[in-house]
Amino acid sequence: MLQENIIRRLESMVGEENVENSNASLLAYSYDSTPQFQAMPDAVVSPRNTEEVAAVVRLCNEEKIPIVPRGSGTNLCGGTAPLEGGIVLLFKQMSKILEIDEENLTMTVQPGVYTQDVHKAAEEVGLFYPPDPGSMHISQIGGNISENSGGLRGLKYGVTRDYVLGLEIVLPSGEIIRTGGKLAKDVAGYDLTRLYVGAEGTLGVVTEATLKLIPMPEMKKTMLALYHDIEAAAETVSAMITNRIIPATLEFLDQATVKVVEDFAKIGLPTDAKAVLLIEQDGAPEIVERDVEKIETLCRENGAFEVTVAATEVEAEALTTARRAALSALSRLRPTTILEDATVPRSEIAPMVKAIREIAEKYELNICTFGHAGDGNLHPTCLTDIRDKEEIALVEQAFDEIFKKAVELGGTITGEHGVGAMKLPYLHLKAGEAGIEAMRSIKQALDPNNIMNPEKIFTKSVVIDK
Amino acid sequence: MMDAKEKERIQNNFKEKMDYEEILNCTRCGFCLPSCPTYIETGKDEVHSPRGRIALMKGLVDGDIEPSEEVKRSIDLCLGCRACETACPSGVNFGHLLEQARDAIYQTNEKSLPEKVVRNVAFHHLFPHQNRMIGLTGLLGMYQRSGLQRVARSIGVMNLFPETMRTMEKVLPEVPKKKEMKQRPRHYAPLKKQTKKVAFFSGCLMDTVFKTTNDATTKLLQYAGCEIVVPELQGCCGALHGHSGEREQAKEMAKRNIAAFEDAGVDYIITNAGGCGAFLVDYGYLLKDDPVWQERAAAFAAKIKDVTSILVALDFHNMPLQLDEQIVTYQDSCHLKNGQKTFMEPRQLLESIEGVTYVEMHDASRCCGSAGIYNIVESEMAMQILDHKMEQAKKTNAKTIVTANPGCLLQMKLGIEREGLADEMEAVHIVDLLLRAYEGGREKMRFEEMDSGGHAGA
Repeated sequence: MLQENIIRRLESMVGEENVENSNASLLAYSYDSTPQFQAMPDAVVSPRNTEEVAAVVRLCNEEKIPIVPRGSGTNLCGGTAPLEGGIVLLFKQMSKILEIDEENLTMTVQPGVYTQDVHKAAEEVGLFYPPDPGSMHISQIGGNISENSGGLRGLKYGVTRDYVLGLEIVLPSGEIIRTGGKLAKDVAGYDLTRLYVGAEGTLGVVTEATLKLIPMPEMKKTMLALYHDIEAAAETVSAMITNRIIPATLEFLDQATVKVVEDFAKIGLPTDAKAVLLIEQDGAPEIVERDVEKIETLCRENGAFEVTVAATEVEAEALTTARRAALSALSRLRPTTILEDATVPRSEIAPMVKAIREIAEKYELNICTFGHAGDGNLHPTCLTDIRDKEEIALVEQAFDEIFKKAVELGGTITGEHGVGAMKLPYLHLKAGEAGIEAMRSIKQALDPNNIMNPEKIFTKSVVIDK
Repeated sequence: MMDAKEKERIQNNFKEKMDYEEILNCTRCGFCLPSCPTYIETGKDEVHSPRGRIALMKGLVDGDIEPSEEVKRSIDLCLGCRACETACPSGVNFGHLLEQARDAIYQTNEKSLPEKVVRNVAFHHLFPHQNRMIGLTGLLGMYQRSGLQRVARSIGVMNLFPETMRTMEKVLPEVPKKKEMKQRPRHYAPLKKQTKKVAFFSGCLMDTVFKTTNDATTKLLQYAGCEIVVPELQGCCGALHGHSGEREQAKEMAKRNIAAFEDAGVDYIITNAGGCGAFLVDYGYLLKDDPVWQERAAAFAAKIKDVTSILVALDFHNMPLQLDEQIVTYQDSCHLKNGQKTFMEPRQLLESIEGVTYVEMHDASRCCGSAGIYNIVESEMAMQILDHKMEQAKKTNAKTIVTANPGCLLQMKLGIEREGLADEMEAVHIVDLLLRAYEGGREKMRFEEMDSGGHAGA
């Protein structure tokens, strides 16, 4: 509980109406999209500008009160669950697009802008902001930056990190700094922009960002390839890359996933196929036509029994939108869906898909797999029931094996969802003890009082229970 | 304020009445957030979002929080539009959860005395009894026709009422005479080759205050070739009760309706009010725990069809339909769209009318703020939502705003009145417009026949 005088001070900083601490508000900001992580904050604060953010952070630093910056709470790593209480910081009043610079091809935004609105604003002037996480119609750009979100177009276009040119940051001390800028080149010192993208709110608060835009591709084609067996679909992915084709999107869905997605979206997805690849290519018309033809051939050569190209843009949009709903749709089958995003080098997709299936069989679990096959980022999702403690224990063992397998194949424990609280026990598999220690030193230097999103990525104490 | 005893009662009710499996279906993905009118209107307050509301319900069941005014406020402020259900990939049935939560709160809530009286009169003594509805509407008719309305307005009596009620009084349709309401026909023969035998669910308000719309509905069905029966023992659907935490009363009303339609021997039961239809379709769920009624309820529910849906099925949109040149737009009835999944048919019908330029309104499927009695009990939020709705309506330049539910119709009329647009815009129920268009189409055909007849004689 925060003392009454702290609440009063917060109210005087940001306005009474922007500080909430009723039990309803505290509960409503006690969770994000990650099952199993929930904790009550002590107050919910919505500053109106950077100076107010700085004032709040300074107060918290003096009083050693934890702060959790939160967008729409759609992350999948327990990243915004206020596990140590304290203040949940919202950006609903800092949600403006400040500028679109058509000469430098940049957009400057406040953290509370919806990702989809960034897309729309760019498209209105014929420009393109590629990162498209599954929740982009509701996620906020500040959250995307802090989690370094990926998306369906990661294979060809990269992730959020590749489109952040500069940041305004409130440091844990309350000082305001600016990093990077509208610059294609900038080597003045450490690359703090890259440090803060994906820092999961543990090093400070992002209050403004300058994003890179690129010209809008002239055209886009979307296609579906259907398979009788999963591994053939995975082989096709490798075949495409070795044939030097980089599609904008190359998504993999197994039969169970296709079925639930169809159940929700009702757009006529093929529920009889064992696996489906959703492929998109964009660019100049002649290149797109040529690639689509090549892709179709490769799919058939690798065992696709049907390949169809979406006839209209509406149809294509329906397919990708449906794919974005996959995770939530899977919860139609069991009460709890626990999802991971183990990622491997794209050449290792087929062995990874096979390993996941074997691990699921070993533990007798129902694990559905979909994901961004093209960039090696899979989303094995376990359908379970949080109330069944025995099964949950098995789920944890299975995921433990999946992570170890991914790292063994040269991959990582998380490709795009972040470590947060959820993957904290596994970070050493990828980063190693010395790696974690290096990260901890950075944290210690910037946030000595450990107020910024504490107990995320790694614990404060050095010992990790394995 | 809630005292400790009441808190305990509410909390126990939540544990007892909530469908916990349904609560667990929510994965908290947040996909519902942009679809929720109150989340948007409160400036993205999670407390007033579907995900937040479900979390609060779960928190009460789990004992993580105790009931409070703020929790109750969250449940009260929900419109019950169910747009979140359409947006939800996990298929959470939010409407059911909301009904259970309101039941849990209101079956114990120490309401203020006036609120208690109003709820008691409306829910137990008025809506369930059609003859009383007729009586009350008759009074309204007297008020409108006797000149009392004019007098009341001129001496400013209406100023004693809150603004919403005041405007509402102005936009209520001219109601039928008591005699007409009492002598409602029970059978209609088809006016072309018979296609289907259907029963008409005439509703409580629809068969009194909106009687003309009901008459237009039966007319259209006749023109489409339907034989129609209107079972006498039917009554109010119970939606208002169900949505306001009066589930037991709603169940009784459901049973009466199921029995009333059982022997009609019809293919479909037709409704013309999105709100009623969505509740009727859900009778199976309402009575799911009742071994005697469960199956009968499901059979009844399976026959429910909105009038627009059967008209399209019977090819009505390919008949000659004609109106004066005008731009028309459509405001979805939330429950018709999110509850009955009917949203293409009304648009298809409107687009098939000659002379009509159909312009889709931005966010047409977002609630208009009517939401049953919401616009009276939550007037401020309802008017905020309505004002945003009218901004979108104006952008279409439409002369006619079409709706498919009486609540929405009144709300849109209210919006037009508030904007001072009464001279250039009108709100109509879709069947009223379709009847006009059908008659327009026939007239045009007669002219053409006369025309060609004239030529032949020359």
